[in-house]
Amino acid sequence: MLRLDCIRSIYSQLEKCVVVTIMGAVAAELQSLGHRPNFFYLQHAMGLASSTGLGIALSLPEQTVVVLDGDGSVLMNLGTFSTMARYRPRNLVHIVFDNESLLSVGGFPTATSTGTDLAQIAKAAGVPSTAVATTCDDFVQAVHAAFAARDLMTIVAKVEAEGPARYVTDLTLLENRFEFSRYLRSTKK
Amino acid sequence: MPVSVNSSKVIYAALKAAGIRLVSALPETWLVHLIRMAEDDPEMILVRLAKEEEGVGISAGAHFAGVRSAMLMQNHGFLASINGIVSFALLYRIPLLMLISYRGSFGERDPWQTQGGSVTEPLLRALGISYFCLQTAESVPVRIAQAQALCSSSLQPVALLLTRDLMWEE
Repeated sequence: MLRLDCIRSIYSQLEKCVVVTIMGAVAAELQSLGHRPNFFYLQHAMGLASSTGLGIALSLPEQTVVVLDGDGSVLMNLGTFSTMARYRPRNLVHIVFDNESLLSVGGFPTATSTGTDLAQIAKAAGVPSTAVATTCDDFVQAVHAAFAARDLMTIVAKVEAEGPARYVTDLTLLENRFEFSRYLRSTKK
Repeated sequence: MPVSVNSSKVIYAALKAAGIRLVSALPETWLVHLIRMAEDDPEMILVRLAKEEEGVGISAGAHFAGVRSAMLMQNHGFLASINGIVSFALLYRIPLLMLISYRGSFGERDPWQTQGGSVTEPLLRALGISYFCLQTAESVPVRIAQAQALCSSSLQPVALLLTRDLMWEE
C-alpha cells in the first residue's frame, strides 16, 4: 500500500477538514495532490503534529481535525497518545502512516520494523478506537468509520517505505502558517 | 506546603485578565495552586501533559485557532521543550507565553534542581527569548499583561520566570 494512494483516496474528505501533517514525505505528498488553506505542514518539531491537532481540536470543537502522522514522528512523542486519550476530543482523527522507516533521512528502520505496535500503544494509552489498515480499501473504510463515529480514533496505515521525488515545494513555512491560521479563524465567524 | 496561595491567585487573575483561555501544564510543587485554579475554572481549558514539549504544539494549535494560551512548567520542563520551542515556536513565529517556575536558583535546597537553575537564563538569552523574573506579587499584573502584549505583537515566545521570592513562603 502506498501512502500517496491512501491520501488520494481520502483527499475529497480532507477538503472539509482541518489537516495537520508531519514533515517530509507526508507533507510533500499531500501538497502534490493540491494545497488548500486548511492544510498545515509542520515541517519540523517531530512529534508535535498530533499535539498541534489536539490544541486545534480543543479550541475549535465544531471543526473536524485530521492529523497525518508517521511512525518516526509519533515514536518521538508517545506521551501524545495518553494526552489525546485523556481529553478525548470527539473531533480529532489521528492517522499514522507507518512505513517502519525514517524514510526522509535515509530509510533507517524504526522500532515498528522490529515489532512495536503503534495501534496497540494507542489502545493501551486509552484511545477509544483504533484500527490497522494494510489495504487502501481498509484505510478508506477506517477513515469513514472515524468520521461517522465522531470520536477520537487512531488509524495506523501500514505503507511502503516510498516517498516522493521532491520534498521541497515553493510554499514557504510562514506563508503556510499565516494562511492556515487565517482560515481557522474565519471558521469562527 | 508553603507555596504562596496569594501569589498564585494574583498570577491566575492576571492570566485571565490577559485573555488566556487555555493552559497546558505539568505539575510541579510551585505550580500546584495555579493548576488547581485552572482545573476549577469552567472558562479555562486545562491540558495536563505527559511531557512539556507537547504544550508547544497545543499552544500553537490554539493560537492558529485564535485562542490565547499559556504554558505552566518548571524550568526543567522548559529544558525538555527546547526543540519544540526552536523548531516550532521560533521557526513558525508562535506567540508562546511561558510561565516557568525558576527552581535551582538562590535559596534552593534540593540538590537535583541546581544544575537546571544555573542554565535557565543563559539558555533563554541564547534563544533570544525575552524574559522577566517575577519577584513580587505587586509586579505580577502589569508584567503578565506586558508579556502577553509583547507575545502578541512580536509573534515570538516570551517567558516569565516565577522566582522563589514570589512562589515560596517560609
